[in-house]
Amino acid sequence: MAKTLEETTKMAAKAGKNGNKKLSALTGNEAVAHAMRQINPDVVAAYPITPATEIVQIFSSFVANGQVHTEYVAVESEHSAMSATIGACAAGARAMTATSSQGLALMWEMLYIAAGLRLPIVMPVTNRALSAPINIHCDHSDTMGARDAGWIQLFSENSQEAYDNTIQAIRICEHPDILLPAMVTYDGFIISHAMEVVRIEEDAEVKEFVGEYKPDIYLLNTDKPVTMGGLDFTDFYFEHRRGLADPVSKVKDVVLQVGAEFKKQFGREYGLFETYKLDDAEYAIVVLGSTAGTAKVTIDDLRDRGVKAGMVKIRMFRPFPYDEVAKALEGKKAVAVLDRSDGLAGRGGPVFGEVRNALCDWPNKPVTVGYVYGLGGRDIGPEMIESVYTDLQEIAKTGKALNLVKYLGVRE
Amino acid sequence: MAQVKEKKKTIFEQPWHELPRGGIMPDAGNAAEYNTGDWRTDRPIWDSEKCISCLICWMFCPDSSILVQDGKMVGIDYEHCKGCGICAAECPPKVRALEMKPEADFR
Repeated sequence: MAKTLEETTKMAAKAGKNGNKKLSALTGNEAVAHAMRQINPDVVAAYPITPATEIVQIFSSFVANGQVHTEYVAVESEHSAMSATIGACAAGARAMTATSSQGLALMWEMLYIAAGLRLPIVMPVTNRALSAPINIHCDHSDTMGARDAGWIQLFSENSQEAYDNTIQAIRICEHPDILLPAMVTYDGFIISHAMEVVRIEEDAEVKEFVGEYKPDIYLLNTDKPVTMGGLDFTDFYFEHRRGLADPVSKVKDVVLQVGAEFKKQFGREYGLFETYKLDDAEYAIVVLGSTAGTAKVTIDDLRDRGVKAGMVKIRMFRPFPYDEVAKALEGKKAVAVLDRSDGLAGRGGPVFGEVRNALCDWPNKPVTVGYVYGLGGRDIGPEMIESVYTDLQEIAKTGKALNLVKYLGVRE
Repeated sequence: MAQVKEKKKTIFEQPWHELPRGGIMPDAGNAAEYNTGDWRTDRPIWDSEKCISCLICWMFCPDSSILVQDGKMVGIDYEHCKGCGICAAECPPKVRALEMKPEADFR
């Protein structure tokens, strides 16, 4: 069962992180459950699924202990979890849920409805591979499949980022210019179950940061009754879907604005993406999630050996920061995009497609190749990432990509 | 001097950015404003000479499109009648005051 924050803080202190009572030894799921406790949503409707189960299991103990005022709804499926969350949010509540993999897949039709109705639901998702074959370990196929549903997607490298992103997502989603749902994703098991030192901010400070949710239009407002989820035909559907693209175009600015406020309050910096040793880099990789941590170690090592390696770690995958990513990669000799899911589109993974799209119109664009790696939790080590940089150096010599898309770490 | 009022756009003429977000309908009871009559492929034709105003069609019409005044049938609301033909099917065989005809005959 979940340890109390006091117990985990003691553990962190024992681990030599003394002197800061805000530091705790927590898994990704525990950190996110604490973020949810501090957010204190009105409603959480959830169904357990590995490796996301702990989030709502721990959160339900907060409910039972009276640490939150949340109405917890134990539903019979993820389809119902998202449906109940949508209903609660439409009624005027701050509503959350959490899931993973097949659970997210079962939510499918409701994901589009949450976005289409402009409901600011925040949902942590631990990334796990989709069946078949059945697998419980990390890859990004689950949330990549939901990339066009109208949800904001924030990827996290570690437990701290998962915690911070969950808190920031509330502010981003509930911003009057946005009113869209968001997934906060982090790698299943690699982050969800690995214990790290996480800085958990004071409850009062987080409460003040997220603020009170005051919806302007909601179903329980009897003074201004409205209908939500009405039927559109050929004469209105297009206008309403065009209307959905409008807040999407504003997400970028709000993510940066909330990131700046977060930095001011808590000291940690968040943008649309993070760059690592990129400025003078000749060879760059683009990654999402926990792989960025391994890549940083690899880059440090390569730099020691005189290889000008750098990285772009995408934080906001939806909407995708096309111009900013292109600008960051412009002028590099060669770029590799690492996808932890196979798009099965005939040309690598979805991140590869987006980066190529971003670079398409830039005059000084680098040769860009794609790698599909880590499916179903297959480990990616520094040696694999180094092999990518070796390929990039080869490509830079000739200016031509030998293989546009490679599978990295599969038995050939 | 009287100001020239700009003609107010109907909701059917409004551009996307003027419509309520998320397809939310801010007004109640506005279904009557929506013309569902243009979905029709067959049109019910009412013969007032034959009609006995038994109102069985009125009871069965799923779209409230049988117009009644003072307990008597007075016509059909073609703005909302979708042409399902239930009225003609339910009209008593001895009366046959309603008949379905192809909409194309009237265009």
